[in-house]
Amino acid sequence: MMGRVTAPPRPPHRDVRLLGLVAIGGAVGSALRYAVASALPATASWWPWPTFLVNVVGAFALGWLLEAAAIRGPETSRLRRLRLFAGTGVLGGFTTYSSLALEVHGLVVHQVWAGAAVYAAGSLVLGTVAAVLGIALGRRTPPRVTQRMTR
Amino acid sequence: MNGLVGVLLVGVGGGVGAAARFWVADTVMARRASGLPWGTWTVNVAGSFVVGLATGWLLFGGAFEHWRLLLATGLCGGFTTFSTASVETAALLRSGRVRRAVLYALSTLAVTVFAVGAGVASVATLTR
Repeated sequence: MMGRVTAPPRPPHRDVRLLGLVAIGGAVGSALRYAVASALPATASWWPWPTFLVNVVGAFALGWLLEAAAIRGPETSRLRRLRLFAGTGVLGGFTTYSSLALEVHGLVVHQVWAGAAVYAAGSLVLGTVAAVLGIALGRRTPPRVTQRMTR
Repeated sequence: MNGLVGVLLVGVGGGVGAAARFWVADTVMARRASGLPWGTWTVNVAGSFVVGLATGWLLFGGAFEHWRLLLATGLCGGFTTFSTASVETAALLRSGRVRRAVLYALSTLAVTVFAVGAGVASVATLTR
């Protein structure tokens, strides 16, 4: 540290450039979520497929990304930008908890009790399993993969 | 809904929502040092309340469909996150804190569903 006095670093969430990076990622991820929902064929099923699919896929992808980045050791500023853009932004925006809650609430209001329970429990269990599998894959991902992504 | 207009409305709402989530969640985490991921918990509950308000407004206030895409699908969808909640639950499980993991997952779900209902009911009360 050479005895030099410097201001303490600004926390990431108060850095305007990093907030902008998360916003761009969130816009991309949210638009992708909407595109997936629009592209899926309409079914007569009460099961909310679009939300369920994006949430489980997003949980797997985030588990992979965070673990693959973490096993490389201390976070560099490039790696942090990748994590904030792709993880906090894109995958955070791609997945949604408000839609899940809204859909479970709708099933409860219409007294589809078993449906509400199965959809809620299925999302939580499969989301967690997907995250665990993503983390396991992230552990086995060679560092050069994330190295290439931050180049 | 016109496809491109829909994508733009959801994208703008989602971008603002994601940046707001980052700021709120990390601000909450900087102030609370306890065993549960309160930052994500807070944004998910708050976003679910707002999606309830938006849904109530569409039901009882007669708002346009465009608002649903901007506020519910975009803003609240981008503000809340299922992926982070799942990874946090997985991390609690992996560190052997099974009861905390179950408490975190179940309390998020129960309180967010309740928050949606509270949001819808608020608008229903205000518009009558």
